[in-house]
Amino acid sequence: MGDFVAYNPSYWALFVEFWQLNDPNAVWVLIGSALLGLSASVIGGFAFLRKRSLMGDALAHAALPGVMTAFILFHANTPILMFLGAVSSSFLGLFLMDWLPKNTKIKPDAAMAITLSFFFALGLMELSYIQGLEVAGKSGLDKILFGQAAAMLPHDIYLLSIVAIIVLIMVALFFQKFRLIAFNRSYAKSIGLNIPFYEVLLALLIVMSVVIGLQIVGVVLMAAVLLTPVAAARFWNQNLPGMLMTAGGIGAISGVLSANVSYMAPAMPTGPWMVVMLFILFVISFLFAPRKGLLSNLAQQRQLRRHVCDENVLRTFYILNERHPVNDKKEHSAIDLGLAFGEEAILAVRGIAIGKLKQTLQRLEQKGLLSRTHDTDGWRLTEMGMFAAMTLTRRHRLWESYLTEQLDMDVNKVHHYAEQIEHLLTDEETLQIEQALAQQGALRDPHGRKIPDSRNHPIQDEVAK
Amino acid sequence: MISDLWILATASLVAISCSMVGVFLVLRRMSLLGDAISHSVLLGIVLAYLIAGSRSVVAMMIGATLIGLLTAWLSNALHRVSKLQTDASIGIVFTWFFALGVILISIYAGQVDLDQECVLYGEIAFVPFDTIIWGEQDLGPRALWIIGGVFIVNLILILLAFERFKLVAFHPALALSLGVSVSFWHYLLMTMVSLTTVASFDAVGAILVVALLVIPASSAYLLASSLRSMLWFAAGYAQAAVLLGYALAVWLDSSIAASIAVMAGVLLIVTVLVLQWQKQRHGIKVKATVLDDTFH
Repeated sequence: MGDFVAYNPSYWALFVEFWQLNDPNAVWVLIGSALLGLSASVIGGFAFLRKRSLMGDALAHAALPGVMTAFILFHANTPILMFLGAVSSSFLGLFLMDWLPKNTKIKPDAAMAITLSFFFALGLMELSYIQGLEVAGKSGLDKILFGQAAAMLPHDIYLLSIVAIIVLIMVALFFQKFRLIAFNRSYAKSIGLNIPFYEVLLALLIVMSVVIGLQIVGVVLMAAVLLTPVAAARFWNQNLPGMLMTAGGIGAISGVLSANVSYMAPAMPTGPWMVVMLFILFVISFLFAPRKGLLSNLAQQRQLRRHVCDENVLRTFYILNERHPVNDKKEHSAIDLGLAFGEEAILAVRGIAIGKLKQTLQRLEQKGLLSRTHDTDGWRLTEMGMFAAMTLTRRHRLWESYLTEQLDMDVNKVHHYAEQIEHLLTDEETLQIEQALAQQGALRDPHGRKIPDSRNHPIQDEVAK
Repeated sequence: MISDLWILATASLVAISCSMVGVFLVLRRMSLLGDAISHSVLLGIVLAYLIAGSRSVVAMMIGATLIGLLTAWLSNALHRVSKLQTDASIGIVFTWFFALGVILISIYAGQVDLDQECVLYGEIAFVPFDTIIWGEQDLGPRALWIIGGVFIVNLILILLAFERFKLVAFHPALALSLGVSVSFWHYLLMTMVSLTTVASFDAVGAILVVALLVIPASSAYLLASSLRSMLWFAAGYAQAAVLLGYALAVWLDSSIAASIAVMAGVLLIVTVLVLQWQKQRHGIKVKATVLDDTFH
């Protein structure tokens, strides 16, 4: 292992050499790794949907004794022999993992850990036994633990590519059925789908993808190739086909990158590099994916908080105007909403940090909802601001009335709910509440305050434009 | 001959320590988290090697425990923030840590007294040659002292806090309502798992330790009717696996650690088969015995 030194200028030369694609062997490894990443990630998507993400881990570990047994029995390690041995022992592992929780009180997670560690130990025991034998061809066997793409021979890659393509074709053919079973099992059953058949088929495809990955990724880390791409793809896509395609792309990219590493440092195990690449891609998706990524989520939350803050301040202006002595005797529909108030007045009514209030006031001014009065150093609602404040107050008070009258809720509790819903109610919903309340006659909120009528407001048409 | 005894003593302490914490992993349905921690501990060990520059036990213990706890915490955080399933987030985290560990070993192969072989198999056969010497006195293998220390720590913790462990293992909801900090006991258990794994690393490597954590405890789970008896059964199964496994390894000239893990699995399979056979012979479905005397 020791021939990789921390920095070596010739790596750059090797990197360039790799991407000139002159070495046919390197090109084959490249194609093989990309195909493997693609097929394993796509099929891993279904395991993920079935909430059995770590199944691939157990199946990959379970493949080890199959390979070793095949070697002990036939003293040869032709790819097809290894493949068949691995597939059969993986299936045995799958069976054990399924059988134990159904027939004993061992829980599924323990069954998985038992299968994984028992089969792996068995494989290692056989491997250590083989190391002591005097036979040819045993040297490549330990490469399937951590994978070594550089050690692959052309016929290994042919087999890998064929199996990967078969897996992809099968997924394409049975896509609808797999999807149905993954999302709505009972419906699939009711329309007479042969569920056990498709389950076994899916398991076979997963096992096949795991087994062809052994030489590149290795037993120990194969789980990540099935799991990490689809987990990353989930941040980019809403629908299944898109998710699987993204996952396949991520898998393929990591395959290509690790083929590159393997070319530059042939003695390095490929599997760990592939996993690290996948993890980097996962972190990028987790942080930066639009809409579902962490940063985008935080930005949305920030936007929502600002929106709520804006609306709260607008409604505070309405209340301040309403309570002002000037409006004391006036008919409610005729109150003057254009009075100016300073920051202290707002803070007296609404609990908000002073810095935040200043920001909000400036934002509202930019939006044209408030204007600054320079003589008194205060703020007043513009025409548009008045309309917005009325609409919000109307929603708030309508909701309070609705909760007390229609749902018999306690008058003292409704304010809290209305405080939240006023930011969310749409015009249509407001209209429906109005209609529900229309029988009661005069519109007052449960605290006895008038509900402002923002309908037919002259500004409404302007806003609509 | 004396070195065989040292190997057996080390293996037996490793097996019994693992099965002890394994019992709680199985009961709390956290076998997979145990699997994850035992993998990622490798990164902690390698980092400790690189930073401390020597095979310092203290640095290894600290590094491995920190990484073990980080695995548990990070998987949980990822699960909460990204709403991925628990096992998916565990899988993403531990494969990454383990991959980093293997890469670091490959890059610094010259500087680190570690290779992929010992990650996989451990090197229990070399245990007798690495001894602690105090003055003139040869005090026996280093690995034996380390795992012995961890065994005693585990034993004391379990004896002292037996009732608490029981409560948290069987009735986490009740524990929560009684004001017991479930997350404290959770992370304490994870610390024990990390310590036990790193202490076992010399002997059995990073992966086979999973077999010793989960398999004897699961065999015990099939037979036991109380936490106390489950712990005893697990210890018994672990010891039997060590003796049979050692014999198997001598016979086949195979890896001792792997053979012990294989025998643990064989014992589980035998237990399951005997139970199935009894079930059929009695002709009735024996109800799965439930660990119901929790509060005796």
